[in-house]
Amino acid sequence: MTSQQDVRLGADIGGTFTDVVLDLRGQLFSAKVLTSYTAPEQAILDGIEIVIQEADISASEIDLVIHGTTLATNALIERRGARTALVTTEGFRDVIEMRTESRFEQYDLNLKLPLPLIPREDRFAIAGRIGAQGQELQALDEEALEALADQLKAEGFGAVAIGFIHSYLNPSHEERAREILAAKFDGPISISSEVSPQMREFERFNTVCANAYVRPQMEAYLYRLQDRLKDMGASCPLFMIHSGGGLISVETAAAFPVRLVESGPAGGAIFAADIARRFGLERVVSYDMGGTTAKICLIEDFQPQTARTFEVARSYRFCKGSGMPISIPVIEMIEIGAGGGSLAWVDAMGRIQTGPESAGSEPGPACYQRGGDRPAITDADLVLGKLDADNFAGGKIKLSSTNAQQAIEAEIGGKLALEAEAAAFGIVEVVDENMANAARVHAVENGKNISDNLMVAFGGAAPLHAARLCEKLGVEACLIPQGAGVGSAIGFLKAPFGYEALSSQITALSRFDPEAINVLLEELKQSAESFVRLGTDGAITREITAYMRYAGQGWEIPVALPDRAFTSDDRAMIEAAFRQRYAQFFGRAVEGPEIEFVTWSVKAQDQRPQGETYPFDTQGSATAAAAPVSRAVFDAASGSAQQTAIHERKNLAPGARLSGPAVIVEDETSTIVTSPFDAVMQADGSILLVRKGS
Amino acid sequence: MSDLSMTHSNLSQVDEIRMQVMWNRLISVVEEQAMTLLRTAFSTSVREAGDLSAGVYDPQGRMLAQAVTGTPGHVNTMAEAVGNFIAAIPRQNMFPGDTYVTNDPWLGTGHLHDITMVTPSFKGEELVGFFACTAHVVDVGGRGFGADGKSVYEEGIQFPIMKFAERGQVNETLVALLRANVREPNQVVGDFYSLAACNDVGHARLIDMLDEVGLDNLDSLGDFILTRTHKAVMERIAALPNGSWYNEMLTDGYDEPIKLAATVTIDDDKVLVNFDGSDGVSRWGINCPLIYTKAYACYAIKCVVAPDIPNNAASLAAFDIASPVNVVNAQRPSPVSLRHVIGHMVPDVVLGALSQALPGQIQAEGAGALWNIHISARPVAGQDGRRAEVLMFNSGGGGARPGLDGLSATAFPSGVHTMPIEATEHTGPIVIWRKELREGSGGEGRYRGGLGQTIEIAPMEGHEFEFSAMFDRVHTPPRGRDGGKAGAAGSVTLDDGTVLRPKGWQFVPAGRRLILNAPGGGGFGGPAERPAEQRAEDLRGGYVNKDKG
Repeated sequence: MTSQQDVRLGADIGGTFTDVVLDLRGQLFSAKVLTSYTAPEQAILDGIEIVIQEADISASEIDLVIHGTTLATNALIERRGARTALVTTEGFRDVIEMRTESRFEQYDLNLKLPLPLIPREDRFAIAGRIGAQGQELQALDEEALEALADQLKAEGFGAVAIGFIHSYLNPSHEERAREILAAKFDGPISISSEVSPQMREFERFNTVCANAYVRPQMEAYLYRLQDRLKDMGASCPLFMIHSGGGLISVETAAAFPVRLVESGPAGGAIFAADIARRFGLERVVSYDMGGTTAKICLIEDFQPQTARTFEVARSYRFCKGSGMPISIPVIEMIEIGAGGGSLAWVDAMGRIQTGPESAGSEPGPACYQRGGDRPAITDADLVLGKLDADNFAGGKIKLSSTNAQQAIEAEIGGKLALEAEAAAFGIVEVVDENMANAARVHAVENGKNISDNLMVAFGGAAPLHAARLCEKLGVEACLIPQGAGVGSAIGFLKAPFGYEALSSQITALSRFDPEAINVLLEELKQSAESFVRLGTDGAITREITAYMRYAGQGWEIPVALPDRAFTSDDRAMIEAAFRQRYAQFFGRAVEGPEIEFVTWSVKAQDQRPQGETYPFDTQGSATAAAAPVSRAVFDAASGSAQQTAIHERKNLAPGARLSGPAVIVEDETSTIVTSPFDAVMQADGSILLVRKGS
Repeated sequence: MSDLSMTHSNLSQVDEIRMQVMWNRLISVVEEQAMTLLRTAFSTSVREAGDLSAGVYDPQGRMLAQAVTGTPGHVNTMAEAVGNFIAAIPRQNMFPGDTYVTNDPWLGTGHLHDITMVTPSFKGEELVGFFACTAHVVDVGGRGFGADGKSVYEEGIQFPIMKFAERGQVNETLVALLRANVREPNQVVGDFYSLAACNDVGHARLIDMLDEVGLDNLDSLGDFILTRTHKAVMERIAALPNGSWYNEMLTDGYDEPIKLAATVTIDDDKVLVNFDGSDGVSRWGINCPLIYTKAYACYAIKCVVAPDIPNNAASLAAFDIASPVNVVNAQRPSPVSLRHVIGHMVPDVVLGALSQALPGQIQAEGAGALWNIHISARPVAGQDGRRAEVLMFNSGGGGARPGLDGLSATAFPSGVHTMPIEATEHTGPIVIWRKELREGSGGEGRYRGGLGQTIEIAPMEGHEFEFSAMFDRVHTPPRGRDGGKAGAAGSVTLDDGTVLRPKGWQFVPAGRRLILNAPGGGGFGGPAERPAEQRAEDLRGGYVNKDKG
């Protein structure tokens, strides 16, 4: 990354499809290939073959490959990892099994809690204890570790995770334990103070276990991919996108594969952030709806919201608390079981429900005619006229309205005495409302009001639902960019080369010790920059953030601080910054309690050249030519079907304005312009949905 | 396409769907309300452990929706408490910007530590509903969180139903009194503000929603919710066998065992529970006001009869709870600080009666009451160190279910979480040397009871501590069902073998460790029927002792 790469390639391995995008000096070529589970790299190579042929270049001309994947996520969800041992502090063998000691669903007496990633017999407790001030309370039992090393070797474990209490304050026991085990045990050893140096043992231990569990598999995959890319002539650097949306080296990814979890959706958020930057939109909500799930992310000042913990593999209807907490820097998004393939059903109350069960690609929605007989969101969209049965996926898949109608009548209409159209309307309203609720709650968790945002919608199913979602959320406008179908892979090409280094240290603001903090920040800066230096020798930008709260609270808020050495005079400045942020989140600052620091963070990334910008055109300059065809499409606002114009996206010139209700069709998807909205074509080919009269 | 045009009857179908959607929206409004409370609260019991609830009510005080976040002891008490607020504050004294408060155990949620706030929601001049929330605060003065008070007057400061804020102006007199009467004024006052703020968020979102959908009030939606729920619950009750069943269960009590007894009667359209036969009021602070007993009795029935039906006034109205004056219907001024110790046992008593109505379908008894501990730590006389109040929530094992082993170290019936020990150790000079599953503590059976847990706590070097014990099932272990064996009884000792009492304030000197063994859950079905592979798994993981495999 020392110079501007002219030819860059993004590859996103998803659950169903592997997307490859080639950026040839600004011109985009893309390919969608079915994901291969036995040899995931094969789909990437196949995709590369397609795009380089189309672009008429050779593999050796590619300057950079950026890759994101759900493979680590899937290995965790499907429990397909290595046999892993957890070595932990005596007295705490069951932290990952006891979880929070609570039930995530109050009324279900037959609740099943997710099984711990590492079974009890593979968790080994070793004496030795660090205290809450980082002091050693009890020496590490090195003899027991020597004996354990022999046992791990003899029993053929594939990986080891080490997680000790308070190691985020003092990693010496974890480091020494690794040293002793590594003398005899050959497999990879992960330690919690490196993988996730944060307070709260359940989250940290789970994170190091997840890392160790997927490490042998991911390590092998990544090096295999690197070799095969070389074999095909692409000997350029390969970087991975991580969960926080930055890039990391293959070596780092192989050692910390848990940081690849949800890297695909992270690419989508970066894609949306880039669109936001392109149009100068300061507050954006990104909405990514694919086949199985919908992902919603808030983007402020062209940066996606980030968090330091999230949950993977939710086992119970995507219910909060039913998954595995992973504490790593992530792009914060909410993901719910609402995709084109999500199935609709009727609950005991006679209420329509949707998802999280999905028809997937096999058998698929009923209308795909591949044996599916339960109604999916796509079936409802078809019955309401939002999809054209003869021109789905550019005419490659012929949809059956009859099958869709029958499935909806059988599973929904019959049970509720609703006609197929009304039942289909119910299904779509429920899934749209579920997404709207998730978006609202997500916004409030971040101290935001959702209706202050503009939406950027992408993913195959999003353009069908975006306008209605905006109506429900009070969002005034929505952009549907070009390349929406492969948005994540495009996002990879926009990702900054960055790293966030963190350290938890609870200290009262009144005991603010500028010298100690300056030393700590210097260490964090070096750790963050050493990652970034792997990919660039150009200029690096840094962000310093203190996560702070009132003493006694359990939730911290991020407070951005200047990047310079602190002096004792800075205490007042930091207090003012905190109070201002707090009021922004929760209405007003509190009088009385002491303020404290919880975690310090340094984020470093390379300075990237900014891409082109475009004016945000909400007016348009000409009325679009009359559409050649029309069909009846159900309109939610009026509660009835309306004769609706069908436009082809490729025939709409920049500046063209058309009035809803209308449908704008393209090969990958259709954009529904509902009656409260107009559509205005933007200079870069994006469609802007904008509320009438605004 | 004329077949797509909507007839008049179709339009009402669309309206029906709109109602369903608004119902979902109302649930997300209260979820936002609860989230605000979690994010801003000061007490660890709220922010780490989720000891809270939030809900929305119609102008008559009927609960329309509750947040999923929360615990039954709050949700279901609050459902009734709002009616008490309406009775106490005349409509003409309610103004936009008002917030009302109480911690009256008999009008609120059962003990002084729970603060309940109710906020009227006005749309223009019209009162459209109420928002209510409850949270357990860290201190209310008095003797502190424990069973040793002789009456409620010793247990802390009491706020009768009154205004915390009028027309947006906070009641400064109330705040000054509060500050002067609690050990941690900043935290407690902070939590009062945070409770009020969470209702404000609920109110703002409700008004947004009504504006957006073009409704003037909640009347039509409320009717829809309550009618639908009522109908669904009635269908469930109609499917149950009619009859009356009695069950009794012994609990440890404070210094002598306390018998809890319940008769469950299933009629065509009601489930009635009467606690006649339970022991009398205790001299110690483990008594339950009836409002709290009702909350957990309704919770237990709902889990069995209608787990998937939303919890609101209509689902609660189908259950009738009654009791003569006794330990589960204690009258003012009985001490009630640890009412959860008895209240958390109520579901096992009710489930035991229901198991006779629904043989083979009801889980075994579990640990029931949380193994909470309040620690008051200080330096040994003459040494430097730190003073601190530390609160931990811990759970024993759940009863085995027909078809599933019991949940190990998991709260039931309470909905709270534990706190991370790394966070707890930051709050005071103590070291938690052990917090892990207690091997062999699950009752044997075709399905094994959940394991309890073992906790070892020592004062940090140079320190000592007093602790308030609030432990049960030490003398009365959870019983198995249908041939399943009892779970292991709990125990409270020091590491030198000294046996301590399960209730009351006691002392741990420097250099000693307190050892808590929380009970395991009862087993379900005959142990001989447990398949060999599950036994092998139990042995492999060390869930049972070696000789029991």
